[in-house]
Amino acid sequence: MRKVLKSILGKIIALSALAMVVSLGVQAETIKIGAILAVTGPASFLGGPESRTLQMLVDEYNAKGGINGNKIELIIKDSGANPEKAISFAKQLIEEEKVFAILGPSTSGETMKIKKIMEQGKTILLSCAAAEVIVNPVAKYVFKTPQKDSHAVQKIYMTMNDLGISKIAVLAGNTGFGKAGKGQLLKAAPKFGIDVVISEVYDKKSTDLSAVVAKLMANKEIQAVVNWSIVPAQGILAKNMRQAGWNVPLFQSHGFGNIKYVQAGGAAAEGIIFPAGRLLVADVLPNSNRQKSVLLKYKLDYENKFKEPASTFGGHAYDAFMILARAIEKAGTDREAVRDAIENMQGLIGTGGIFNFSPTDHNGLDLDAFAMLTVKDGKFVLYNK
Amino acid sequence: MTTALFFQYLFAGITYGILYAIVAIGFNIIYNTTGIINFAQGEFVMLGGMIAISLNTFLPLPLAILLSVIITMLIGAAIEMFFIRWLEGPSVLRMIIITIGISILIREFALHIWGENVRALPYFQGNEISSVNIWGTNLSPQVLWVIGTCSVMVACLSIFFKFTSLGREMRACSANRVAATLCGINTKNMVTFSFMLSAGIGALAGCVMSPITYTQYDGGTGLAIKGFTVAILGGLGNSMAAVAAGLLLGIIEAFSISVVPLAFQDAISISILLLILFIRPNGIFGRSDIARLKEF
Repeated sequence: MRKVLKSILGKIIALSALAMVVSLGVQAETIKIGAILAVTGPASFLGGPESRTLQMLVDEYNAKGGINGNKIELIIKDSGANPEKAISFAKQLIEEEKVFAILGPSTSGETMKIKKIMEQGKTILLSCAAAEVIVNPVAKYVFKTPQKDSHAVQKIYMTMNDLGISKIAVLAGNTGFGKAGKGQLLKAAPKFGIDVVISEVYDKKSTDLSAVVAKLMANKEIQAVVNWSIVPAQGILAKNMRQAGWNVPLFQSHGFGNIKYVQAGGAAAEGIIFPAGRLLVADVLPNSNRQKSVLLKYKLDYENKFKEPASTFGGHAYDAFMILARAIEKAGTDREAVRDAIENMQGLIGTGGIFNFSPTDHNGLDLDAFAMLTVKDGKFVLYNK
Repeated sequence: MTTALFFQYLFAGITYGILYAIVAIGFNIIYNTTGIINFAQGEFVMLGGMIAISLNTFLPLPLAILLSVIITMLIGAAIEMFFIRWLEGPSVLRMIIITIGISILIREFALHIWGENVRALPYFQGNEISSVNIWGTNLSPQVLWVIGTCSVMVACLSIFFKFTSLGREMRACSANRVAATLCGINTKNMVTFSFMLSAGIGALAGCVMSPITYTQYDGGTGLAIKGFTVAILGGLGNSMAAVAAGLLLGIIEAFSISVVPLAFQDAISISILLLILFIRPNGIFGRSDIARLKEF
């Protein structure tokens, strides 16, 4: 009898110990966040800074005790900008890892491929890719942090109107971003009285564009060139144009926002005009600018940690993480509640601009998020005509 | 088409074409001694550029390039010694798979050492915007460096194969391996040497091209495909034919842009390849009786 009692007592103690462990586990939940980023491959200029930024932020939050006391576990998958890989990673993260939300992908092509998967899996996606088609039409669980390409096009065309440019050539890389940008450029041109004389698409791995420059140059009507891509061809085009002795203004997309492209382009990058968020010119912004402190903090943190200049792309990942963190702080760890919190978020100051989401706007940025920049003496500066 | 525009296209074509040709020659040298296609050939070009860029941070440019070529040659030799040399009578397929594996390995190493960023050597003369005027056409001086260096390289190679005893031994190996062994030629060493040689010329081409095309850890893959196309086009194993085929492909690609959209550039070059393979399966300059002598 005593033996039986003893063993029952032992079992009770063991069970209650187990229960305590379990209840502790519930209290400090670990939030699993997935990230699909093009850390390598042709879009590595985007994915590299993005993955470093996320790692930095997660370490920072975990050191402070996580979000609302919940530690964060970050799972980064390198897609190499390959849409097929992005699809399988998205499925893996949703079905096997059961992540709370996914940050990324880096490129528009990948994001479009997994948009439906996110909807079916009812998992929040905060894309770091720029094309407007990602959030237009709106998908319930899909958000994006970079500024819209239609706004970039508007900014470029407004600058052209100021400069009296009306006949242009359009070049685009054969990526999702390039194709979407080309579409926006062609669509918006008539509204601004601009005539697209030639438009060409080049391979994302192009290493020399001198032949196509020769073709464009032969058309004397062209007053300016707009290039829309995220690949190193941005610098190659600038070099080929200047080497051929062709000095019309060169406009680039917001995909040019990495100082390494300027370094790669060297003297040929001087004078390139492009729209971008204000991160690249954070130190010269007036103190009255609401974004300035956020921008400077991110820039200094990143540059001190990784010893390389911050880029707008890392900023997109920063914004994506901050939006998610803010929403979790507010709504807890219920996925639907967090989704609603993101959709109703107002006035979040990010690196890309000030985010005001709504059920019809899953980007939350307006035209003012962009400033026109140019390259002067190897640095980004605000463009003043 | 004005003459200025004509030359603009022509020089663009020659610049691509000669690079394709150099990669194709690299394929041919190894093919001749071993009967395999070394799919890591494009990676040698990338390595040459990358190593030179790293060395150039503390060495003057000519010295950096020279050292880079030597280091890449040593890497080529090491690859052959570690992965190919000890195989006993390997099948062609097995060796091809090995070279594909090596190319992936080199790419991953490069990614870890140099990261995903594009890098470039400085222009040998002037900078990104300087240009020289030839026949009414503006060119980067670097284009002339590329064309000059590669032409000299091709000429030296052909002298080497024709008039030096080492070159003759390598050719003997390619003509008949058993007979070469019987004549006292160490065929294994010849294979190592062919890897070194093709690594070296690939590296030099990678250095002179770097200012124009940039160097990135995965830049070798595309080059390998184009170089392979050219090697097939000219007829496998024939280096002079590779030069002609390379220039032909480059120039066709460049001029095709004037009539069709740029997006079709690669489609055109691949269509030509298919056409040639249907009509002349041994390449434009290849002969079927010679091809039959090979081990395939």
